Amino acid sequence: MAQYAILIYGDESGWENPTSAQMDQMMQAHGAFAQGVVAQGGKIVGGEALLPTSTATSVRGDAVTDGPFQETKEALGGFYIIEAADLDQALAFARQCPAPAGGVEVRPIMDTSGGAPGA
Amino acid sequence: MTEVQQALAEAHRREWAFVLAATVRVAGNLDIAEECAQDAFAAALAAWPVRGVPANPGAWLTTVARHRAVDVLRRDRTLRGKLPLLVEADLSVPDPADEEADVIPDDRLRLVFTCCHPALAREAQVALTLRLVCGLTTAEIGRGFLVSEPTMAARITRAKKKIAAARIPYRVPPAHELPDRLDAVLTVVHLLYTTGHTAPQGDTLVRADLVERALDLARMLHALMPDDQEVRGLLALLLLTDARRATRTDADGRLLLLEEQDRARWDRQAITAGRELVLQALPRGRPGRFTLQAAIAAVHADAPTYADTDWGEVLGLYDTLLAVWPSPVVALNRAVAVAMVDGPAAGLSALDAVADDPRLAAYPYLAATRADLLRRLGRAHDAAQAYRTALSLASNTAERDFLAQRLTEVTDA
Repeated sequence: MAQYAILIYGDESGWENPTSAQMDQMMQAHGAFAQGVVAQGGKIVGGEALLPTSTATSVRGDAVTDGPFQETKEALGGFYIIEAADLDQALAFARQCPAPAGGVEVRPIMDTSGGAPGA
Repeated sequence: MTEVQQALAEAHRREWAFVLAATVRVAGNLDIAEECAQDAFAAALAAWPVRGVPANPGAWLTTVARHRAVDVLRRDRTLRGKLPLLVEADLSVPDPADEEADVIPDDRLRLVFTCCHPALAREAQVALTLRLVCGLTTAEIGRGFLVSEPTMAARITRAKKKIAAARIPYRVPPAHELPDRLDAVLTVVHLLYTTGHTAPQGDTLVRADLVERALDLARMLHALMPDDQEVRGLLALLLLTDARRATRTDADGRLLLLEEQDRARWDRQAITAGRELVLQALPRGRPGRFTLQAAIAAVHADAPTYADTDWGEVLGLYDTLLAVWPSPVVALNRAVAVAMVDGPAAGLSALDAVADDPRLAAYPYLAATRADLLRRLGRAHDAAQAYRTALSLASNTAERDFLAQRLTEVTDA
């Protein structure tokens, strides 16, 4: 098994002040996703939803600025750390991950247990 | 070249993919497998002149490469622990003395599907396929795609790193993913062919080495997936297109259009083989884009002259193709068929319907086709303008010379 991050990107407009119905629906979708991953032999190692980029603060060197590190139309809104057999399975999970206002990026997690990678 | 060197060159071309693919299963890693496969060919260069060329060179090379991989991994257990493995390394390779009992699995399809995985960029898929499946050197691949050797080396290294780090699996995709994944493989082979068939830049129109490799790949895929309709369609398309290779330029390297080519010099053997494949592929359900393109090429191959081509049949096939594959390039070719069936004015209006597609903006054949239709309509001034546009977009010398000559013809008229 290998670990991957599923980074969820999306357009934040419409999520600044979500209604409780919106929140319920999203929580349900993510609950179903997590159950599906486990049912298909994967594992959810961790994951969080982030508050909108309007609440973000960036630090570069000594400079502190208001806002996300990079201004993009589709912002990072949450992530999962999952375990999958290989990239194909990770991509199959990624397809099932709720991302109604955008999409997801799959990144392998660096294995730091056995020294420097690729050395 | 000595007999042994010749046998070795032949084995490299025919067996490289088999040797490497079977060694990956043992090594669990592309880089080690590649090194071991290269070592096996080096060992052959030393052994074959002394002991003679083995009866089955591929099996000999594979056995040597796989044992070499076992040695490398046994010797360096620490290395093994650090390697990101594509597949669990299988060190249970039988003893060399027991060679007869060793049934070597044919893993070439796994290798091809790994090289053409959708998580890799198309240009990386192409480079990896040439490197790992065809066994071309980085310098050769760079020359084929007009990229410097270091750039091509970096591209291949990056792609291999991604395969290992992201764990792109070494396997043939399951049935439900197969059509999409196979389409990527066929697209890569077709792209190789078209790149070789009309070398994008330079003085010669055809890059024979790329064309030959694409044909080899198509034949290999057909041998490995004999029941697949689109694989059959692609091989047919390449054979039928390539049958005209010798007639596409004249003695001076000038580009000859389909209507100017000497049909007596078309390769009849390739045409017969291609037509046979089309006839087998067509009735199997809904034909795909490669099968339909092959069917169009077959109609051209059977026509005694350009004018006596069954243009109605060609147009019908383009209509079906456009429904399966709504590409602006297909629409452009369909407009040419419309012009042959209903005259240049009808062709021009079919062309105008796709002319604004941004995907055709840098495509010289749009302006060239337009120019030709305008020329046939007697609109010399408009034709000249279109030839100038086409000239500004074409980069292959043979094609540029052709366009320049046509431009002179319409301006002088």
